[in-house]
Amino acid sequence: MAPHDLRRPFKRPAISDQQRRRDLSLLRQKENRLDAQRRARCLASSVLSFQSEPKSPSQEQSHFELELELEIEPDAEQHQGPATTYDVRQASKLRGTDARRWFAKQLMLPEWMIDVPPNLNTDWYVFARPAGKRCFVVSSNGTTVSRLRNGILLHRFPSALPNGARINNVSRSGQSYCILDCIFHEPDQTYYVIDMVCWAGFSLYECTAEFRFFWLNSKLVEVGACDTPSTFHKYRFATVPVYNCDQEGLQTAYIGPVPYVKDGLLFYNKHAHYQTGNTPLALVWKDENCSEYVIDTDSKGQVPNQQQLVLELQDDGRLATSDDPSVIFGWLNEDFIQKTGLHAGNLLRFAVNDGGLSFVDGKLEKADLQYLGQSNRARAFADSYSKVMFQYIVRHSPLKIEHLFASIGPLGDGDIASHDVEMAA
Amino acid sequence: MAMEVTQVLLNAQSVDSTVRKHAEESLRQFQEQNLSVFLLSLSGELAGEDKPVDSRKLAGLILKNALDAKEQHRKYELVQRWLALDMGVKTQIKACLLQTLSSPVHDAHSTASQVIAKVAAIELPQKQWPELIGSLLSNIHQVPAHVKQATLETLGYLCEEVSPDVVDQDQVNKILTAVVQGMNANEVNNDVRLAATRALYNALGFSHANFSNDMERDYIMRVVCEATLCPDVKIRQAAFECLVSIASTYYEKLAPYIQDIFNITAKAVREDEEPVALQAIELWSSICDEEIDILEEYGGDFTADSDVPCYYFIKQALPALVPMLLETLLKQEEDQDLDEGAWNLAMAGGTCLGLVARTVGDDIVPLVMPFIEENITKPDWRQREAATYAFGSILEGPSPDKLTSIVNVALNFMLTALTNDPNSHVKDTTAWTLGRIFEFLHGSTVETPIITPANCQQIVTVLLQSMNDAPNVAEKACGALYFLVQGYEDIGSTSPITPFFQEIVKSLLHVTDREDAGESRLRTAAYETLNEVVRCSTDETASMVLQLVPIIMTKLHQTLEAEKLSSDGREKQNELQGLLCGCLQVITQKLGASEPAKYAFMQFADQIMNLFLRVFACRSATVHEEAMLAIGAVAHATGPDFAKYMPELYKYLEMGLQNFEEYQVCAVTVGVVGDICRALDDKVLPYCDGIMTQLLKDLSSNQLHRSVKPPIFSCFGDIALAIGENFEKYLMYAMPMLQSAAELSAHTSGADDEMIEYTNLLRNGILEAYSGIFQGFKNSPKTQLLIPYAPHILQFLDSIYMEKDMDDVVMKTAIGVLGDLADTLGSNAGSLIQQSLSCKDFLNECLSSDDHLIKESAEWAKMAITRAISV
Repeated sequence: MAPHDLRRPFKRPAISDQQRRRDLSLLRQKENRLDAQRRARCLASSVLSFQSEPKSPSQEQSHFELELELEIEPDAEQHQGPATTYDVRQASKLRGTDARRWFAKQLMLPEWMIDVPPNLNTDWYVFARPAGKRCFVVSSNGTTVSRLRNGILLHRFPSALPNGARINNVSRSGQSYCILDCIFHEPDQTYYVIDMVCWAGFSLYECTAEFRFFWLNSKLVEVGACDTPSTFHKYRFATVPVYNCDQEGLQTAYIGPVPYVKDGLLFYNKHAHYQTGNTPLALVWKDENCSEYVIDTDSKGQVPNQQQLVLELQDDGRLATSDDPSVIFGWLNEDFIQKTGLHAGNLLRFAVNDGGLSFVDGKLEKADLQYLGQSNRARAFADSYSKVMFQYIVRHSPLKIEHLFASIGPLGDGDIASHDVEMAA
Repeated sequence: MAMEVTQVLLNAQSVDSTVRKHAEESLRQFQEQNLSVFLLSLSGELAGEDKPVDSRKLAGLILKNALDAKEQHRKYELVQRWLALDMGVKTQIKACLLQTLSSPVHDAHSTASQVIAKVAAIELPQKQWPELIGSLLSNIHQVPAHVKQATLETLGYLCEEVSPDVVDQDQVNKILTAVVQGMNANEVNNDVRLAATRALYNALGFSHANFSNDMERDYIMRVVCEATLCPDVKIRQAAFECLVSIASTYYEKLAPYIQDIFNITAKAVREDEEPVALQAIELWSSICDEEIDILEEYGGDFTADSDVPCYYFIKQALPALVPMLLETLLKQEEDQDLDEGAWNLAMAGGTCLGLVARTVGDDIVPLVMPFIEENITKPDWRQREAATYAFGSILEGPSPDKLTSIVNVALNFMLTALTNDPNSHVKDTTAWTLGRIFEFLHGSTVETPIITPANCQQIVTVLLQSMNDAPNVAEKACGALYFLVQGYEDIGSTSPITPFFQEIVKSLLHVTDREDAGESRLRTAAYETLNEVVRCSTDETASMVLQLVPIIMTKLHQTLEAEKLSSDGREKQNELQGLLCGCLQVITQKLGASEPAKYAFMQFADQIMNLFLRVFACRSATVHEEAMLAIGAVAHATGPDFAKYMPELYKYLEMGLQNFEEYQVCAVTVGVVGDICRALDDKVLPYCDGIMTQLLKDLSSNQLHRSVKPPIFSCFGDIALAIGENFEKYLMYAMPMLQSAAELSAHTSGADDEMIEYTNLLRNGILEAYSGIFQGFKNSPKTQLLIPYAPHILQFLDSIYMEKDMDDVVMKTAIGVLGDLADTLGSNAGSLIQQSLSCKDFLNECLSSDDHLIKESAEWAKMAITRAISV
């Protein structure tokens, strides 16, 4: 009958190394499967992916400390390769120019409205843009950080966003982070959330604006981010009222009261995904009635006599906008470049001379520019074509609110032919 | 005929192999021609008092083997075959068996009792042979002692073979009464008493009702305790075996007897013969096991109402128990460290002391310290070794607060002893104790570090020196180093080990090359430690880890060049290859996890893969498994470029997937297929027909160990995610299989914990398959192919939710599948989803879960569902 073996493991560790090898392999496979699943579910997008090598949780924690206290260190250029491939954790370690470039590339930048897009009344939302600093708000690992469009740190604070404050009982997984597209409105010290990019670890990049706005409105209130500030929630967040861009919606956005200072109108295509960089599927438009800053001012806040623009100097001396592909406004000759000590990548400020901009068949043909000098070093990129154009037409023949109403008028179709703007100087 | 059988059975045991083979062949033919007659004549042979004992014994053995087998599927076949036999034949066979119990020939009745138990194991669950127990019990009252003995043995075997739920309580009562009476001191025949005591051991599992009755329990306990004092050593030993079993099965009933039990065991440990004394120590080890389990459960969740409360028997017995165990430590055997099979009083006592320390924690320290202090410097090696062993044994359990100051003092002493003690036995235990110190009191979770910049160098130096000592000492030194480096596992980017890294690796490699590295498991320990050194290394030493690759590859290459080995030599060669493949796997996984190191590592990928393919040709299961694991790590590190190895590797994948017997190989291969899918993505497509065919075969096989089936389902998901809509052609095979497995695993009513755990593994596999399939088809025009499966999948989710017994892992995967279904099918499934329970109650439950991963998946599912139903 059952021979009873008394022997117990003697002077031996309880786990064999072979079993450990098996277990660690299984663990790695499990994590890889989870990653694959996450990718499939777009929980991690290409821009904000967590596909980097699995690290032990403790390492992850320490790497995920968002050390974002960067002051401008324009000279401390650390070349860390192309700026687009970092994920949030890696990006958080960037300094100086790299950081600015990286963050600059994460925002969806509306083009300026120089033509009325078709189907404005059916396919678009409109809302009044709060005046203030456009920024990314990232909550993760128990803290919240806001960064301006050029990557400079605005605030670091506790917030009620998921993982936005160090409060007990809250899971502080590195995966659970939020990224909000906001405008910080100084007068009431409020972050107006104009778009949601990631929520509690879920990427919303691949979601339509319609869905993002829906999700934004339900989630933000749910976590208490819109509550009055408290110890663990230093700044208030608020949503902005978004309307369908029909007669009534446009009217309300244009003249309706809002708790913030307006700075133009933003138009978002309902079906568009969150696309980083310049996009024609989000548009900004302004006039004197809804914005204090229609015409660009200089650093002293004065409207200069001549329109100014900032262009990027390329290798071959050409002067380009920030668009992708960029639009070339002209070029500098080599002598001039050498004499002034400029080099590729410099952002240069120009004034538009009396010759102005000339067009042939809707395409820019000639620009009469005058070199003013290098731009403010806090700038991360050149002007976009649509911005230059908007500023130009504002000074010459503005696109008026009547045109917008007309395009969605009772006739409805809004069939004002949209010029496909293909540029070549 | 009958005469003939006798002769054939005798011939089958002949020393002449020709005669033997011929006889075996005749028996096989006989069995195939007419099973009924064959079994009948065997039972007649067994019962025949005029037959030679050897033919009777073999007849019984063949009968027994015709009723049971180790392999599950074979066993099932045999059971079905017996049940299908003619009732009359079976009645005759059983009559012969019962009749044989009365035989005075020991071998005959002893064999018969085993066969009877096998028949009972088949028939009792079918409600057949109801008269069996009655007729056995009537034998008990027969006069001849040998009949009584045979009957008690039969009852014992029967209790071992048959599940308690097929015997009703009335019969259990009668069996127990007969057995306990047989054990009683009034029983004059020692053979009967021994048979009864052994029978009780097996009957204990049937006795729950009786142990709940105070009077019956008192009686059983009294008889068992009395039997521990019987003059016959075998009976004393068997009685202690019963006590050990009672201590774990009926822990909660022990309180009234614990004082007596202590007295009995203390006497046995101090005075009785070793086999009895060992059982007496084992009893306390078993009580420790129980209390450790209970206390762990307490610790895990204070609100959980545990079935069994802790009675703190160990804590109460401590003042007497510890001195008793310390005494045993001085009873070492001279060369016990060199004998793998050794198990003696000192070993058992020390092991028990370790368990006691884990049970009571801090309380043990003051009871053991005086013993250590008194003996550790004595000239007699036994005293020094016992003191060291006592110290090593109590390092797990007490709090670091209690131990740190003591260990800080002891550490230096230990390092000196490891270098200077003249006795190898002492050094062995000292090195082991150092390992225990590092295992339990060193690492990121320990507040006051034992190892400091001041002593790290000395510790490493002493350990590396000891690696040149006798193999058993060197092995323990490797073990200590293993835990030393493990303590720096999550140290961050700078490790205190870095300055010694090169020297450590060099020393370990040197150990693996020692002539005597085959002794005391030394080579294995050295490679295992090397593995841990690699695992715990930081980026600082990545280049040195990289330098190991060609060294290990060369060693592996050498094993492949060796020719014409003896079978013993081949076995050693296989073992070495397994170690080297394991080491390469660890290195690959380490370097593959960091981008720059991975890049540098890839220069070796071709050569490594080439070696692994050659290793596969050696066909040893362990090596196959290790090489396969390593290949998974290479695939992960290589990514899409791994495609170039596939044409050659494929056949070994197939071989692995076909390896039912060594199911670990099969399991590992299934995991590696997943790695390859993730590495290759759609480039894996050309191999999928073969792989899917194999996986489907595996699933349908009843030979394959069930633990491999859940990962196979997960692997479906990996494949589907990799090849996307190309999975279309497998849907018609995979989906029905998933569906029927899902139905089976939906309900667990009445299953035990182990079954529920397995069911949850199965559910997780099934759900991961669904997840991969849905995500694979996302954005494909063929999405509509999945729509017909949606209702069943939603129903599956609903039913596991209703069942309320899924674990967190299943919950996370299940709610993810709901999201995947919504995400991929979109508005097509909108109304179906809205009708399901899962999208409401289940989803809400997950949304409010404390588990981060569940919540995350639930948020995702909610988003996908909202999107699906809003369109």
